[in-house]
Amino acid sequence: MSQTAGMNYKQCFTDAVVAALMALVVFGPIMGVVLDGYKFDIDFQRVAVIVALVFVGRLIMSYYFQTEKGKAMIFKYASNHDGVTVNPPHFKSKMIWVIPLVMIIGFLIPFVASKYILTVLILGLIYVLLGLGLNIVVGLAGLLDLGFVGFYAIGAYALALGYENLGLGFWSMLPIAAIAAAFAGAILGFPVLRMHGDYLAIVTLGFGEIIRLVLTNWVSLTHGPNGISAPLPTFFGLEFKRRSASGETFHEFFNLPYDSGYKYMFVYLVLFIVVWAVLFIKHRLVKMPIGRAWEALREDEIACRSLGLNHVLVKLSAFMLGASTAGLAGVFFATYQGFVSPSSFTFFESALILAIVVLGGMGSTLGVVIAAFCLTVLPEMLREVAEFRVLIFGILMVVMMIWKPRGLVRVTRNGFAAREGAVK
Amino acid sequence: MSQENILKVENLVMHFGGIKALNDVTFDIKRGSVSALIGPNGAGKTTVFNCLTGFYKATGGNIMLSANGKETSVIKVLGEPFMMTDFISPVAFIQRLKYKMFGGSHLVNRAGLSRTFQNIRLFKEMSVVENLLVAQHMRVNRNLMGGILNTKAYQLAEEEALERAFYWLGVVDLVDFANRLAGELSYGQQRRLEIARAMCTNPEIVCLDEPAAGLNPSETEALTKMIRVLRDEHKTTVLLIEHDMGMVMDISDYIVVLDHGEVIADGGPDDIKSNPKVIAAYLGAEEGEEVTL
Ligand SMILES: Nc1ncnc2c1ncn2[C@@H]1O[C@H](COP(=O)(O)OP(=O)(O)OP(=O)(O)O)[C@@H](O)[C@H]1O
Ligand SMILES: [Mg+2]
Repeated sequence: MSQTAGMNYKQCFTDAVVAALMALVVFGPIMGVVLDGYKFDIDFQRVAVIVALVFVGRLIMSYYFQTEKGKAMIFKYASNHDGVTVNPPHFKSKMIWVIPLVMIIGFLIPFVASKYILTVLILGLIYVLLGLGLNIVVGLAGLLDLGFVGFYAIGAYALALGYENLGLGFWSMLPIAAIAAAFAGAILGFPVLRMHGDYLAIVTLGFGEIIRLVLTNWVSLTHGPNGISAPLPTFFGLEFKRRSASGETFHEFFNLPYDSGYKYMFVYLVLFIVVWAVLFIKHRLVKMPIGRAWEALREDEIACRSLGLNHVLVKLSAFMLGASTAGLAGVFFATYQGFVSPSSFTFFESALILAIVVLGGMGSTLGVVIAAFCLTVLPEMLREVAEFRVLIFGILMVVMMIWKPRGLVRVTRNGFAAREGAVK
Repeated sequence: MSQENILKVENLVMHFGGIKALNDVTFDIKRGSVSALIGPNGAGKTTVFNCLTGFYKATGGNIMLSANGKETSVIKVLGEPFMMTDFISPVAFIQRLKYKMFGGSHLVNRAGLSRTFQNIRLFKEMSVVENLLVAQHMRVNRNLMGGILNTKAYQLAEEEALERAFYWLGVVDLVDFANRLAGELSYGQQRRLEIARAMCTNPEIVCLDEPAAGLNPSETEALTKMIRVLRDEHKTTVLLIEHDMGMVMDISDYIVVLDHGEVIADGGPDDIKSNPKVIAAYLGAEEGEEVTL
């Protein structure tokens, strides 16, 4: 192969050495020091392998990026910001074919899939809901919310507490929890939504922690860290337990042998329907005046105010709708686990939901759905290499941010056909 | 309600800490006129606009806007601090609390005044049409249920909003760019789009901050025509800040000259042209020295 004039081996080598040194600093303590009871062993071999891998990888990468092909690739990615595009008017999305297909497959899955797959899918769908909720707040309205898990917790605890104290079941708590979470969003939002950016992020971060601490410490109500059990949904009054104290159970009514899989099947189907409903509402919302106002607010708050939009109320509506979606997700989470405890609602959860939104592409619905499944199903698939799960996760995020900083799916906007103008 | 003057600015004072951006600015704007606010850089013109539109809370003075059939005090709708008397009269207290909680510059726009910005502020990642639709937020069907279920009333309101948007795109000659992102437009197009957006809120008075900045002579010519259309066909009062003297003298009925936060002269174009104080302020010449504008 003829070398191009710009081929610089020294550069490749320095790059690789720097990368290897960095790998040594990062991985040395993490992987080189292995705890063994009260003492620790030093494992040079593992570190050496990793550092060598990084060195070779970086060498190859440096070399590749100096070839014509590599340069073309860099150019392609550097000049392509994957920005927003406007669809031509009357644009027909290919999703018209995909959506019914996904719907049908989704409906059939519970009847063929194993219980394990079903639980993973339920978790995936719960994160889709969370992602959609946060997508309204962060992706559309541009409000960085780091305490989103607080609303999720409110939804989950609403179901458990409503059942324990008021005797309300899944179906009555589903809307009530959504409303309770929206209400909490309003209470938090009204005083703080006059702030922007970093300040808002800090306040919401605090809010999420406050909720968790209250749940942990208000022992008389929430049983503290011990958690509290949550009810299962009922099928027109039929319960999914083996035996029911009150009336018939599902399997008795239909003369089926008892199977604990039925309840997951049912939760999955209900959740599936709710997710589609939320997707539909979200799809409508972004086209409606309120959705436009959210996006306008993200783009330029001052301009919004100059056009007569009450910025506080617009932000509040985004905050409340996002929170209520999280409340819904919380109810499903509680019923699927059958049990809630404060340890499920840590900051890591908020960060994960935020990662879903950012990875999916701010404001893109499809992106959020894909990212939610990636980030929940992928860790399950990586169970074999459990030790390195978070590491792989982190690397994936870094790579994503470099190659597709605007998210997996690029945002498209609706085009409008030109028409005769008129003022009335 | 004074029919003649749409805007009355009295003894407006604006201080930023130690900087006295405006001291005692007083002027009236006649309904249906094209007026201009001119002055050297840093004279405080944009600051006047920001006070008028409620982005700055004036340190002192009074701004009365009489549009949409009512008188609005810009200072009041921004939410004034509580006074002793409020704690005696519940009505006054509640009103002040209302403005404190829900007041703000958006109320000034709803009262019939809209503006453009010196450094263009479009919604860059939204399409040109969407920019105009956002501006009509207060006029469209905002019913959540109606929108989600896509009812007839909602569709009708949206269609009407789109027609209005395309009307204004026609006026500013941007119909061909309707489905482009606002941020992709050229500078001159962005300026025109911002004017169209301001007009979509159906204002009685529109304040343009340097609309001709960065335009070439023929574009400036087109802009002048457009401003006349606003005044003559839409009965909109126009108040503009501009450094292009040719254009200002061409279209203005009334000119206010600002320097160092004070009104140094006001009147028709001919008065201003020959006013020695104005000439001195612009050219930095001593008063009484012979200069021509
Ligand atoms: N937010 C602010 N904080 C502090 N000082 C300000 C602020 N806004 C304006 N000023 C000061 O007020 C004075 C007037 O500024 P202004 O922007 O009104 O000038 P202008 O007449 O619009 O000038 P130009 O023709 O350059 O646009 C300047 O001295 C400026 O430094
Ligand atoms: Mg200015």
